[in-house]
This record gives sequence, structure tokens and C-alpha cells, in this order.
Amino acid sequence: MAIRKKPNWKAPRIGAAELALLETLSNASGVSGNEAAIRRIVQEEINGLADDVVVDAVGNLLVTKKGRGQNLPRVMLAAHMDEVGFMITGDDGDGIFRIETVGGVDERTLAGKPVWVGEKRQPGVIGAKPVHLTTASERSSALTLDALRIDLGPASAKKARVGDWATFATEFTRVGPSLRGKALDDRLGVTTLITLLKHAPANIDLLAAFTVQEEIGLRGARVAGYAMKPDIAIALDCTPAMDLPRWDGSENTQYRSKLDGGPAIYVADGSTLADPRLVTHLQAVGDAYGIPYQLRQPGSGGTDAGAIHKTRDGVPSISVSVPARYLHTPAAIARLDDWKNSLALLHAALTHIDRDLLKGAR
Amino acid sequence: MKEIIRQLVETTGPSGYESDVRALVKKMLKGQVDSMKVDALGNLITRKGKKSKDGLTVMLSAHMDEIGIIATHIDDNGFVRFTSVGGVFPRNTAGGRVRFLKTGQVGVIGMESHKNQSSVPGLEKMYIDVGASKRSDVKVSVGDVAAFDRPFEDLGTRLVSKAMDDRIGVAVLMEVMKQLKTTPHEVVGVFSTQEEVGTRGATTAAYGVDPDLGIALDVTLTGDTPNADTMAVSLGNGPAIKVKDGGMISDPRVVAWMEAGAKRARLPYQMEVLTGGTTDARSIQMTRAGVPVGCVSIPCRYVHSPSEMVDYGDVQNSVKLLLALLSKPVQLR
Amino acid sequence: MLETKDLLKQMIQVSGLSGHEAPIREVIEPAWKPLTDEMHTSRLGSLHARKHGSGPAPRPSIAIVTHMDAIGLIVKQIDSEGLLHVDQIGGLDPRVLPSQMVMVHTQGGDLPGLLVMPPAHCLPEEDASGAPQLKHLRVDTGLRPTAARRQVRVGDLISFASKPVELDGDLLAGHSLDNRASVAVLTEALRLLGRRKHAWDVWAVATAQEEETLFGATTSGYALRPTLAVVIDVTFAKSPSAPAHRTYDQNKGPTLDWGPNTHPKFHREMEKLAKRLEIPVQEAVYSKSSGTDAILLQVTVEGIPTVVVGIPLRYMHTPVEVVNTKDIERASRLLAEFVSALDETFMDKIRLDKTDEN
Repeated sequence: MAIRKKPNWKAPRIGAAELALLETLSNASGVSGNEAAIRRIVQEEINGLADDVVVDAVGNLLVTKKGRGQNLPRVMLAAHMDEVGFMITGDDGDGIFRIETVGGVDERTLAGKPVWVGEKRQPGVIGAKPVHLTTASERSSALTLDALRIDLGPASAKKARVGDWATFATEFTRVGPSLRGKALDDRLGVTTLITLLKHAPANIDLLAAFTVQEEIGLRGARVAGYAMKPDIAIALDCTPAMDLPRWDGSENTQYRSKLDGGPAIYVADGSTLADPRLVTHLQAVGDAYGIPYQLRQPGSGGTDAGAIHKTRDGVPSISVSVPARYLHTPAAIARLDDWKNSLALLHAALTHIDRDLLKGAR
Repeated sequence: MKEIIRQLVETTGPSGYESDVRALVKKMLKGQVDSMKVDALGNLITRKGKKSKDGLTVMLSAHMDEIGIIATHIDDNGFVRFTSVGGVFPRNTAGGRVRFLKTGQVGVIGMESHKNQSSVPGLEKMYIDVGASKRSDVKVSVGDVAAFDRPFEDLGTRLVSKAMDDRIGVAVLMEVMKQLKTTPHEVVGVFSTQEEVGTRGATTAAYGVDPDLGIALDVTLTGDTPNADTMAVSLGNGPAIKVKDGGMISDPRVVAWMEAGAKRARLPYQMEVLTGGTTDARSIQMTRAGVPVGCVSIPCRYVHSPSEMVDYGDVQNSVKLLLALLSKPVQLR
Repeated sequence: MLETKDLLKQMIQVSGLSGHEAPIREVIEPAWKPLTDEMHTSRLGSLHARKHGSGPAPRPSIAIVTHMDAIGLIVKQIDSEGLLHVDQIGGLDPRVLPSQMVMVHTQGGDLPGLLVMPPAHCLPEEDASGAPQLKHLRVDTGLRPTAARRQVRVGDLISFASKPVELDGDLLAGHSLDNRASVAVLTEALRLLGRRKHAWDVWAVATAQEEETLFGATTSGYALRPTLAVVIDVTFAKSPSAPAHRTYDQNKGPTLDWGPNTHPKFHREMEKLAKRLEIPVQEAVYSKSSGTDAILLQVTVEGIPTVVVGIPLRYMHTPVEVVNTKDIERASRLLAEFVSALDETFMDKIRLDKTDEN
């Protein structure tokens, strides 16, 4: 069943409004378990767009946008609201606080960074011992959490407490053809999903799940998938582009995905074997519409699809990610073009979903 | 039954790509069961018998999938880089052969220079040589899946092949479904998918079936080879009744029921405590409000290698044990 | 002081790496212009500004010396992906570099960049985990390879781009507070001296190249031949993981360095004055070198009596250095008071061949 480009199809635009929304979302704090600020922004943005909006028991924002007609395929799109960050776990006094990471943050990127702590985003820094006072052998071992503290200053000793969340204080910016900011994983997906809700195709019931706690084990998606009971699920996420040259110039064969390669379609990751029918569908749509895409290198890692596809009696699932470098550090870099193509591919793919799609053998 | 086993193990079906195995099982079971259906994750769910007053819905699960590999990159010189689907041991791969599902292309697994002979390099240091002299001759693309390629060998009482894990379970389950004539139970034979990547198929199948009792049919390791890790399971000593493995504790009532059943039927059996690994039973156990589960294991040497070995007597006795167990009402106590 | 704080915030948002101080000099010049009587730039790029004293000419002079250069990075190579390999300017701990925001100063203008550590598989196995090493770090400008190679050239400078952050309790965080905090002290002292009489000439000096060579201070000393010199530089403030015996409290005033690198009697005079005025100071002891411009300034020409005033700074040489602006205020007051107290007897008071009266 070949896919032909619909003559009147137009990709939803990513313009100033969408970029501004991404910026707002990227700058906002929403570490796993504390996604309220992000949820508020999303809720405001989708106000009046949907047939049903629910905030569930764990904090997922579950939005239903019905298509035109009866018995339409129920297609769940999931984007996680949470980001990696920190939690204050100890108070050393005088405004000095111990932290633990939430989600997979590379501890080696912490030293020397400004942070925002707590609901009021109290500014602070993660310092490091002056280089003058270090020995060569000290400098040859990585700075681990044990040696790092958040410093809010003595006057702020009471302005944070154990249990508060903290994020990197990184401000979103555009650099040339690229987007740079914290939490692009997965505020890019969140913005894509909001945009898709605004341009929802009529041939499906669109079930938009803005999920929580993805970074600590796909925990929000698990209950969202159960509640939504979809026929098909697609996780919209960010995937690492580890496409830098190798130190010796030899071929980089483990790049996972590449910047400028277009949306990364998953075949297999650590959590999901994507439904082959959906892989074929997305590739066919990309080919028919002339939208570039890449197949994410199979390997480790996981997305909300990992939880959703195992809910109830199973959900055919796949993930589509925007490739981005330096995920889970204070700032990631993604290409605007890859984002635009991700949105276009998803939108086009949704318009071609019907109940026959899953009739063939898996 | 040996011919059925040969056909099953020589069919390819890495996790997520079980359709050829499923088609074969469907063909072989045609007319032998009351119903067959395929669920969203590709599990083949077959049913036989009606649940009588003192009967249960009993789910038997044997997984169709086998370990395999998946292409991650075609390098500049036409070598295919890959990663595992399921628990592939790097030490068992170099020099082996694989066959790609889509194209049928065969490749040989090679290894980059590796000076330290006392260690085994990871899969990222290995590659598949499909015999291409340049990149453009390679018909494989990123995401293409391949299975290990090794023919079935009948050594008399012992059978050897790739994918004995768990086609031997599939063979046993098929025989049980075929031979089961009278039962007070609704017996649901699930030929599950994606076991090797974390018992995912059984998770959704069990939710759909909503059984009263679950039994996995899978292979287990043995302790009967030179300098093996300690394990009181040997090839040829009968089916193993699992007490515990790395991911599941069998319901003691189910274990007792199986043991009593084996004794009554005068069948050889052995008790199994497996240190690592797990089976579909784990997923069935944690389904919905919980399900009492057990597992009948077929002892197997060299698991997750291209030459997995089972004892034909153990296989036949497993079928007999299950038939004996399922032909009577179950009292768990 | 409010004005000085704004100036400081402005100063820590410009570059001015060692040997390339023009951007920071251009910020200091207009700030000093109304506060001084004459101004020129040295052959090495140090800024010299004189405020005339009221005494009869030829007047003795006191030089207040603060280095204005900052640490940073420089482009060493541009790779196939358009990523920049870097070398350091000044002393850096590579462990604080991954994920820092930087600015690449190209001939075609400034380009925001991100310092990154490549993924493990892009590094030699022995370096894949463990401490980040400078040779493996890259700057990603977000540009595509050809555009990056077109715009950036080897030798372009890279400065930190972290913005100033005000923390509660008079704290200011940012990069290059070493030593722009001391430039702020000097500026504020000049402002205070505008309102009081002083007999001696004052040379306000913002030196170049302290972080690399110390050549700015020694050449300025040679050119200006001051009678006395005060070097103001930042010193280590108490902070987590820094050794307590080599660090000083914030908000307890500046430090006065004691050791062979400073003039003992000049030091004691400064200390006495602080005590009299009830300005808190802390004594800092250095057995060999003060680690400041004083190293060479003290031994310039026939030798210059030099003292060192320190401003306690947390997390020195990271992009999140933290200073307490109260310490800046106290140091400026101490300096202004000291300068206005200088008279024709002072040099005699600190003669080393004279036995102490007590």
C-alpha cells in the first residue's frame, strides 16, 4: 500500500511563536517529580483546543482531541515534561547545600555552573576548588558529587531546604542554524506535541500525553498508556547525536544519530522493539513527502514508548526523536531544521494513519 | 517430534521479528486448537478446552523469539556494525555466521585487532563481513535484523541447534496443545514474543488472557559440564520444576502441584534453582492482581550460543508431565 | 558604591584575555576618565591614570595596581565537523570546563559557543571516563562545518560567557571577578579620593598579562617609577573543599599579605591604619610568593616597596567566582584613607635600615 503525498497537505509551521514557546519551556524548571511549572505552561497553551483535559494521579497532563467521525484510530503521542536536574539532599549551613542528581546527569559537567534552586528559582552556583589549590593528581580524577556543593550564599541559608529541586541556570539561545538550551530533552517534544494539537489531523483521535518522570524510568507514561488505551503510540523525544569526530580521525560508528540527519526513527532501543509496521509507515511517509529522516542506531536508551507498549494487552509503538548533542548536560544543541522535519514527518504520518495500517502482520 | 523441532529451530525469529515462527506454528496447529489469535505485540494466543466448574484458565507460555543482532552502521569499507537483540555473549560470536531477515544475506562475524587475549572485546569492536568489496555492495541498512545461522543436528538422544531457547519450549507447547484431549480447564497456549529483551510479549499476553494460573515453558541451564557453575540440573534427568530464578519465585503451591503430578505419573523430574535469568512466568505473575505461576524447564547446555543442546528424553517427558498436570483439576494448597 | 557595582557587572561581561586586554580597557577608560587628571596606555597595554596630589612638585607617587586581564581559551585547531580544539590562556582546571558557555571572538564578530566533552566512544579508551582533559574538549558553535570553518580561524580567542548573577547578601557571581573585583576597588577608591585631600600623586594602574607573564606590572613599574605600590588582587575565600588554612572569610574585610613578597613596614602601617579606622582586615601569610603582580613589581628597577591587598573570592578561576561587595567597599575605603594619610614623613617611617621604635 503505497503512500502518496496529499496535494493540499502543509506542514505546521515553526515560526516565532513556536520558538518563543520552546524558549519559555526550555528555561522553565521541571525536574522529574516536580513538573508543575511545565504543566502550567502547557495547559495555558492548549487552553480551548481539546475535547478533554485531565491531570492524573501522578501529574501527567492527558489531552484528548477527537477527529471527525466514529471509531477512528486512537493514536497516543507522548512527550515528557520532566528534565534531568538535582535535588538538595543535605544542608551544610551558611547557604551551602549537598545535592544528588535526578536522572542521568553526567556529574563531570556540574562544576562551575550557575543553578536555580526551588520554586522561587533562588540563584546559586556550583563552585569548584580554585585550580591553584589543587594538585596534579587531584586534577586527574573527576569531580564527583561528593566534592560538589550548591552555594546560595550565607544570606540565603534559609531560602532552600532539603528536598528542593534544582536545575542548571541555562538560558535558551539560538546559535546559527542551531537551538541551544537546557531541557531540550524533551521540551522539543513537548512543543512539537502542542503544535500537533493545534494542527490535529481529523482522521484520528489524537491522545496527547504530556508525561512526568520519564527520566527516572518512564514512570508517567506507564500510567498514561494504561489510562488512554491507545491503538497506536508514538513517543516524541530527543535522542543523543554522538556524531563528533573521533580523537584519531577513525570512523565514528557509534554516533546514535546525526545532526542534520532529520528526525530519528527508532527500530530498537533498550526499552522497545518498535512495531515494524510503524517503522515502515514513517519511512514511507518520509519518502513520499520528501522529508529527510534517519534511523536511530539500535542500542541502549529508552523513551516513553518503552512503558506504553507494554500496557494492558499491548500497544504497537514507536518513537521519533529530534537528534541533539550533549543531552543531560547544562546545554544541548539541536538543529532547527531537524525539529521542523520532525514535526512535518509526524504530522504527515498522522494524516495517513487508518485502521488498515495494523492489519498486516507485525 | 524431531522433525517439528528441526523445522522450528531452523526458522528465524529474533525478538520483535517472530512472524516466520508464528506462521509455522499457526500452520502446524491448524485444526488442532479451538481458537487462535494474534495480539498487538505479535503473541500467538491459542485456546483449547472450556473452563468447567472445577477448572481454571491456565496460561502456558513458550517464547517464539531467539536472540539475534541488529545493524547499527555500515562503515566506509562495507563492514556492518551491529548490536545485540537480547543477551548475545560476545565470546560466542566471533567466527559465527548470521543471516539477515529482509535480504537473506549471510555474513561472518569478525573482530578488530584485540591484543589482550585474556579478555573478550565488546560487540562494538566486532563487525559483520557480508562479502562485499565496497560499501555500495552491501544491501543491509541500519536497523536490519539478523539471526545466527547454524543447522540442526540430531546426535541421537541429544539435539543441537541455535534457538533451542526456546523453540524447544514452543515444540513442547505445540505437542501439549495437540495431544490434550480432555481437560477441565481452558488451556491457553501462548506463543510469546520479545522474551529475550525482557519478557515483554508475555506481559501484554497475560494481561489479555487474564489467567488463573500461569506456566512458562523455557530452557534452563545445567551444572553437568566440565568445571560448570554449581547447579543441580543435568541433561537427561527429566524436566526441571523451577523453584526460583533471577527474576521470579515460583508459587510454592504450583511447585508442589507439579512435583506431586510428576510423582503420580511416574515421570523423572528435577528441582531447579537458577541464579540468573528469568522467564515469561515473571511477567505473568505480576499481571493485573497477580497470578500464581510456575515453570517447567527443559535443561539445555550452552544457552545463548549457536549450539544449544537438549536431551530428547527430557523433551518428551516435559510433554507428558504437562499433559498429566492439565488433564485433572488443579488444587493449589 | 552602587555605581561601582554596576561598573563591575559591566566589566565581567566583556573579555580581555591576557595579552588581549583592549575590550576591558575600553570599559575602564571612561570610568576612570572623570576621576583622574591624565591617562595613557603602556606599550604592553596596561592602563595608567594619574590623579594629582596637593603636595608641592615633584610629588612622590603611590601606584595602585590591579590586573585587568582574564583567563580564557584560544582556538588551536578546527576539525572536520567544525568543532574547535582549544588551548588555555591562564590557569584553568579542565574539570570545570565541560558544558560552559563561551564566546568565540572571530574577526567577523562574536560567536556563542558551548564547551563540550565528546561522547566516550569518540575518545581513546583510557580517557573515556575519568577527569575531562583539555586536549579532548571542543567548542561547538552550533554552526555547520563549512560555516564554522569559514568564520573561525586558529588563534581566535574564547572567553567565558556566563552572565553575572546576584546572590542574596551582597554576593555577586560571575567569571573574571579575578581581577575585575579589584579594578572596582580601585575605581571606588578614586571616587572617594575625589572628595578628600591627598598630598601624593596616585597612579591608578590596570595591568595586562598577569595571568600569563606578569609583564604588565613590571613594565608599568619601570615606566611610572612609583614611590610605593599597592597591588590589589583576589585571594582564596573559604569554600567547600578548599583547605581552611589557605582560605579567608568573606564579609570580614580584605586580606593584607605578609611574607617576603611584601614590604614588612609598609604592611604594618596599613594594618595600623585599618585598626585605627575600625576597618576589618585579615592577615594572609605567604611563605614565598603572593601569586600576584607584586611578584615582579617588587623587584622592578631599584625595587619598589609593595604591599598586597586581597579580596576574598570563592571558586577562583571558575566561571562562577563569587565575591562579597561589602569586602570591595571596605578595601576601597582603606585605600582612600591610606592614600590621603600619606605625607612627607611616610617613606622615612618605613625605612628598613631603621630599628622599630617599639
